[in-house]
Amino acid sequence: MRVLPCADVGLLVELDDLDAVRALHAALEADPPPGVIDLVPAARTLLVRLDPDTSDPERVEHAVRRVRPLRTGGGAVPGSDAPVVEIPVLYDGADLAEVARLTGLSENGVVAAHTGTEWTVAFGGFAPGFGYLTGAGWSFDVPRRAEPRTVVPEGAVGLAGVFSGVYPRSSPGGWQLIGHTRTRLWSVEADPPALLRPGVRVRFLEAT
Amino acid sequence: MTGTGGGASNAANESARAAGTGPVPAPGLEIVSPGPSATVQDLGRPGWAGIGVGASGAADRGALRLANRLLGNAENDAAVEVTLGGFTAWACRDLVVAVTGAPCPVTIGHRGGAVNTVLRLRAGERLRLGTPARGLRSYVAVRGGLAVSRVLGSASTDVLSGLGPDPLRAGTVLDVGPAPGPLPSIGFAPVPLPEPDELVLRAVPGPRADWFEPDALETLLTRPYMVSAESNRVGIRLDGPELTRASADELPSEAMVPGALQVPPSSRPTLFLADHPVTGGYPVIAVVVAADVDRAAQARPGMRLRFTHAPPR
Repeated sequence: MRVLPCADVGLLVELDDLDAVRALHAALEADPPPGVIDLVPAARTLLVRLDPDTSDPERVEHAVRRVRPLRTGGGAVPGSDAPVVEIPVLYDGADLAEVARLTGLSENGVVAAHTGTEWTVAFGGFAPGFGYLTGAGWSFDVPRRAEPRTVVPEGAVGLAGVFSGVYPRSSPGGWQLIGHTRTRLWSVEADPPALLRPGVRVRFLEAT
Repeated sequence: MTGTGGGASNAANESARAAGTGPVPAPGLEIVSPGPSATVQDLGRPGWAGIGVGASGAADRGALRLANRLLGNAENDAAVEVTLGGFTAWACRDLVVAVTGAPCPVTIGHRGGAVNTVLRLRAGERLRLGTPARGLRSYVAVRGGLAVSRVLGSASTDVLSGLGPDPLRAGTVLDVGPAPGPLPSIGFAPVPLPEPDELVLRAVPGPRADWFEPDALETLLTRPYMVSAESNRVGIRLDGPELTRASADELPSEAMVPGALQVPPSSRPTLFLADHPVTGGYPVIAVVVAADVDRAAQARPGMRLRFTHAPPR
């Protein structure tokens, strides 16, 4: 564990892998040290956001180093008792052929691998309602597009690195697009507003 | 945003309007001209980063808090964040207001007003903010607070994610809540003027300072940078000496903080403000301390910025 300073507003905790991020996140969420106002997980880091007026970064760092991570075997995460969200996808993405080439699979093989994987929302970011999904047994690492698109439509389903994700709304983006869904991922009227929250499990279904 | 309710609360609204106070929100300010940009802001919506939602909130949090304190409001009450003045609003009823942040000429009807004081606005009078000679963002708070519908617990407009109320336009009517307890006895708060030409901000080495050439941090902490015109509530783009990275490795996306100096492939830093992205994929070389992020939010395009190493607390 490396604890990297972010002035008086945060500590960026660097960990070995996503499982370690999840375990520390779960432990700190269950018992946050005083002055901590948010926890922001990412691929290899957990940001511990501090209230500059009430927190003492040194004391929080001691607390973070002392905490016993909540390991939840088998890649499961806090909230893994959450129901599986099923997302029907029409696999007609503009980059499907390129993804097939990059992975050495056929296009049908990409679809079979994507629908055959149980995905979990590892962390959020990029836009409200966007979840970075990791798959148990998903072993592909797909580079981003060399040239990001200026417009990716709402509902586009993509791959980048070891992650899959669904664009909650139209935005620029560099992920390789393999399909699209009509499932709504974000609504401020809904409670909770995001369909995909850290810990939620996801299964993609092939729509026709 | 206009308050509507059943018959009983309509009657309450009527009496609230007559008295300038009352138990329920009622129309208070109608925007005549928002100026270059005006939004509603409170202290934001921290705690939602896990679903990709940033904290947002007033860019100069201290100025918003001061405006609310002058009026006896809660510090987190919503107010108008005015960018570079040019703002005019009409009072739907008698109001008590305060203007803080960038000190701009204030007029109420034909009378002059002062920033950082308690001002009384009678029904039908216009409140005008001229262009500030220094600073960028002024705050117009109303006693009782703006009663604007909240998204995830906050009335703030986040220009990056598009959450919260739309930016203010001519004709927008803002409801104002019931007056809190008595007005504080202090009706004036002395505040240092924003710097006119050069702003010095305290910073500490950031989480990825070691991703840069050894002299990059020294360059940042000794050479001046210029606030570019491509700056907004998301961040301040800086022109100046390049900060060269030691390696071209790709940084896995990681969480960002307000005050972070993130260095994109242009090698020139962006200083993140209230509406910064939740995560970013470029290294952060240094972070400006929280108190100075408020001052940074008052930096105007063309202004010089210098960074100085903050002593440990």
